[in-house]
Amino acid sequence: MANIFTSSIGKKLIMSITGAFLVLFLTFHMLMNGALVFSDEAYDAIVNFLGANWYALIGTVILAAGVVIHFIYAIILTLQNRRARGKIRYAEAKREPNVEWTSKNMFVLGLVVICGLLLHLYNFWYNMQWTEIMGEHTNSLGMGPKDGAVMVRDLFSHLGYVIVYLVWLVGIWFHLTHGVWSMLHTVGWNSKVWMKRLRCISYILATLIVGGFALTVIIIYIQGLM
Amino acid sequence: MTKIESHIPQGPITDKWSKHKAEIKVVSPANKRKLDIIVVGTGLGGASAAATLGELGYNVKIFCISDSPRRAHSIAAQGGINAAKNYQNDNDSVFRLFYDTVKGGDYRAREANVYRLAEVSNNIIDQCVAQGVPFARDYGGLLANRSFGGAQVSRTFYARGQTGQQLLLGAYAALNRQIAKGSVKSYPRHEMLNLVMVDGKARGIIARNLVTGEIERYGAHAVVIATGGYGNVFFLSTNAMNSNGSAAWQCYKKGAMFANPCFTQIHPTCIPVHGDQQSKLTLMSESLRNDGRIWVPKKKEDVEKLRAKLKKASEIPEEDRDYYLERRYPAFGNLVPRDVASRAAKERCDAGFGVNETGLAVFLDFKTAIERLGKNVIKDRYGNLFQMYEKITDVNPYEEPMMIYPAVHYTMGGIWVDYNLMTTIPGLYAIGEANFSDHGANRLGASALMQGLADGYFVLPYTIGDYLSHEIQTPKIKTDTPEFDAAEKEVRDRIAKLFSINGKQTVDELHKKLGHIMWENVGMARSKESLEKAIVEIRKVREEFWKDVKVPGKNEEFNQELEKALRLADFLEEGELMARDGLQRNESCGGHFRIEYQTPDGEAQRDDENFAFVAIWEYQGEGKEPVMHKEPLTFEAIKVAQRNYKD
Amino acid sequence: MNFKLKIWRQPDAKSKGRFETYEVTDISADTSFLEMLDILNNKLIHEGKDPVAFDHDCREGICGMCSLHINGEAHGPDTEITTCQLHMRKFHDGDTITIEPWRSAAFPVIKDLVVERSAFDKILQAGGFISVNTGGVPDGNTIPISHDDAEESMDAAACIGCGACVATCKNGSAMLFVAARVSSLAKLPQGKVETLRRANAMISKMDELGFGNCTNTRACEAECPKAISISHIARLNRKFLISRFKN
Repeated sequence: MANIFTSSIGKKLIMSITGAFLVLFLTFHMLMNGALVFSDEAYDAIVNFLGANWYALIGTVILAAGVVIHFIYAIILTLQNRRARGKIRYAEAKREPNVEWTSKNMFVLGLVVICGLLLHLYNFWYNMQWTEIMGEHTNSLGMGPKDGAVMVRDLFSHLGYVIVYLVWLVGIWFHLTHGVWSMLHTVGWNSKVWMKRLRCISYILATLIVGGFALTVIIIYIQGLM
Repeated sequence: MTKIESHIPQGPITDKWSKHKAEIKVVSPANKRKLDIIVVGTGLGGASAAATLGELGYNVKIFCISDSPRRAHSIAAQGGINAAKNYQNDNDSVFRLFYDTVKGGDYRAREANVYRLAEVSNNIIDQCVAQGVPFARDYGGLLANRSFGGAQVSRTFYARGQTGQQLLLGAYAALNRQIAKGSVKSYPRHEMLNLVMVDGKARGIIARNLVTGEIERYGAHAVVIATGGYGNVFFLSTNAMNSNGSAAWQCYKKGAMFANPCFTQIHPTCIPVHGDQQSKLTLMSESLRNDGRIWVPKKKEDVEKLRAKLKKASEIPEEDRDYYLERRYPAFGNLVPRDVASRAAKERCDAGFGVNETGLAVFLDFKTAIERLGKNVIKDRYGNLFQMYEKITDVNPYEEPMMIYPAVHYTMGGIWVDYNLMTTIPGLYAIGEANFSDHGANRLGASALMQGLADGYFVLPYTIGDYLSHEIQTPKIKTDTPEFDAAEKEVRDRIAKLFSINGKQTVDELHKKLGHIMWENVGMARSKESLEKAIVEIRKVREEFWKDVKVPGKNEEFNQELEKALRLADFLEEGELMARDGLQRNESCGGHFRIEYQTPDGEAQRDDENFAFVAIWEYQGEGKEPVMHKEPLTFEAIKVAQRNYKD
Repeated sequence: MNFKLKIWRQPDAKSKGRFETYEVTDISADTSFLEMLDILNNKLIHEGKDPVAFDHDCREGICGMCSLHINGEAHGPDTEITTCQLHMRKFHDGDTITIEPWRSAAFPVIKDLVVERSAFDKILQAGGFISVNTGGVPDGNTIPISHDDAEESMDAAACIGCGACVATCKNGSAMLFVAARVSSLAKLPQGKVETLRRANAMISKMDELGFGNCTNTRACEAECPKAISISHIARLNRKFLISRFKN
């Protein structure tokens, strides 16, 4: 059991488990964001609920660990794979039919996701939970850490941020379209019949999650204009 | 002169093998560990023998010229493997399989060996199933069968059109298991170039490491040759490009006698030759004749139009088609044995009915079967073969009939062995296609796989024990002896000589010349004149070879031209022996068709009175004529008769 | 037809390789790709040059000996075939054709276009078999096997061990090769018994030999001359994980 994670498939199992966990997190996050579209109070209640409480802190640590492990193993696997490929590359390489660009560029997409994540953490987490943890009453924006709705509406009143966030979301969408079916495949939940279905499910899920996020951003921007 | 003793056990044919097994000696497990065996070749025979010997506890070394044992040409066998299981309840039996095989071989095989082959055929199927060979199954989960040429029962087991591949992967898996255990040591990319004899016994080989060019020595208490046939003498054949007769030929030159070299099988269903740049012919499985019907047009004007591509085969109406096999052989129809089908195709083409530009092709048509069974059933049965055909010819066989023509496929002749599969050199064994024993003058379809595995799994592992039981006192064979020195020197000299010629012709060019002589004169139809001519011409090419061949590079490297040159040097001698053997056999039988000896309706005319024997050739030295010995063939269990596939 | 050939030349494993350009003329469209290389080699020999080394044997797409990365694709353009089944009619007159050896750390070059694939043998030696000795086995019909299971087993067993999957995979992974063997035996009752042990042993060996990790790109499946599906990889993953969890 212990040596499961030393094998190639074991390492990918880690990618699958952390990946699945992150997909789950994204789903909840997206649903919570959605609250803002309907009611600022409801959103702030959620922000309050996920402040510097013990359960929210534990959740944050686990979540962070998930991201970090997913990222570290991605690096380990990518380095191993580059080594396995050998020193000399093909002078000419054609893209095989039916092979998606995404599947071969998960690491690059992952980097896009991470960059967006850093910005996102600075924009919100640093000004919300972190401020609370530090015991401050005002954050770098001069607002209270629990004024979530105000903060969000402020940020997405800038078109530049809207565009940056949408680009980031597109990156996440691509990452998910391959990631979702791939993680199921890695743990062995796939077959000839299910292959098509799983890939279809991947697209639906990725679109629902990313679409939810994107809609929220756009609606907030439009609401800000009105 | 060496005495030729076949060691066939006494008694009724049904008891010979059991009686023999009971009488021969066995080696104790403790002694097996002390004994070394070299197996050269890793096809069905070699792999199954090496695996089984390893399981028994011997120390085995295997050699193959490819990068992995799995590449051996057994892998290309398509149609299936025969066994007398009688699963179809069509009154099959060991005796019927035995009878069909002897009859199919035109009564030129050794009866006792064939009976044993039929006897162990059932064990082979069980063994392969246990190894995980995915044979075709019926919906009830039981093993499926198909029919093959020369039989009126359905006894052929198959795994799509890749039976040889699956059986070889089974044997190769068993071999891998032994390699992992350490009882077998594998030497891929090694080619045996000489046999080492010590005190009249086979004691080792000299092999060239094909990657580095090193000449290496390996000693053993016994040597098994499982290197297949010599069909590539013809240059164009269905054999793999690297298939060769050299290991067997080196044994011949060391004293192992060679039997029936002229018996060559010409397979009727191959894709026709397209031009002079062709390197190899592709077989279309005999199983296709289950559902395919062979025909040529009845009218010459249709032939002309076909050749000029003014008409498609599918446009020729039923009444203008000559299904000549069904016409000539009503009882067996399209499923006559290979030699008969090949000759009939040649007869039609010689009469001017060949259907392609070269005039050397007939149709194999699935129209009737597709109409009867539907395209999907045909696709299930032969899908991969149809795909293969389309890739090569660019013609869709679901719409237009395939074009086929006979091509060299298998050599029934080979190193002479006794009932124990031992050659005339003590301690040297030959199994599978490399020996001569079971197929007489013509091999039936789906019997080669059967023989390779029978020899390797169930015969050799017993009989070799009898010989080795006398060797338990012999210590490990040392390779730093004068015998090994001399054998290695022979190899080095031969290689040095090849490089020193530095002539103007490439190995391929000379090989094509040899192939052309062989096909024209020692091919499907032979005559005294053609064979005599062949002997003269082969000698000329051989002289040319040793004066004018160009072998680039050096020995101490990966050098494919050198490999080919060494093999061709041997083919140039084997070809002559084939012609010589054909010349002495003044009769027609099986694949050996002498135009002087045919019945009024053009069938092979055997001469049982004068030629019911195995022709065994003994090497006499460089430049000397070989001497022929005879092993008389007696048939106790069956009545010898004219082969009849008409009614 | 005339072609310009850009071929990787490398005298031996240790030397550095480079591309050389050659020309071949008057090639018939019905010539196979390897026959075209034969023609080139005969020409080179006459010119006193070293012929191009390439692996080949059966030339009917079953032995798995031929390799070659042609114009950026394992076994060249056209699908579900090996290089030996590729014909020049798939190219256009005057084309420049780039020919490279399989490139993967586990398949070092021996010479020119010839690579060392013994790593595959080693993986199979680790567990790609059913542990039965010759003799003493039950009648072939004792265990019924459903038609569909036998067919699925055969689909996987069609693997010819050519290495196109490894050559194509951007990670140099041998998962399709390993999966084909594990899956083929796992679908049969007689092979099922050892499935977990087999999956574990073969994957461990594969990792040890320096093959990469599968990232489910499906490139192997697209280039496999026998069109072996990556669904077998899912089965392998499942069996492997169960085997490790049980330990």
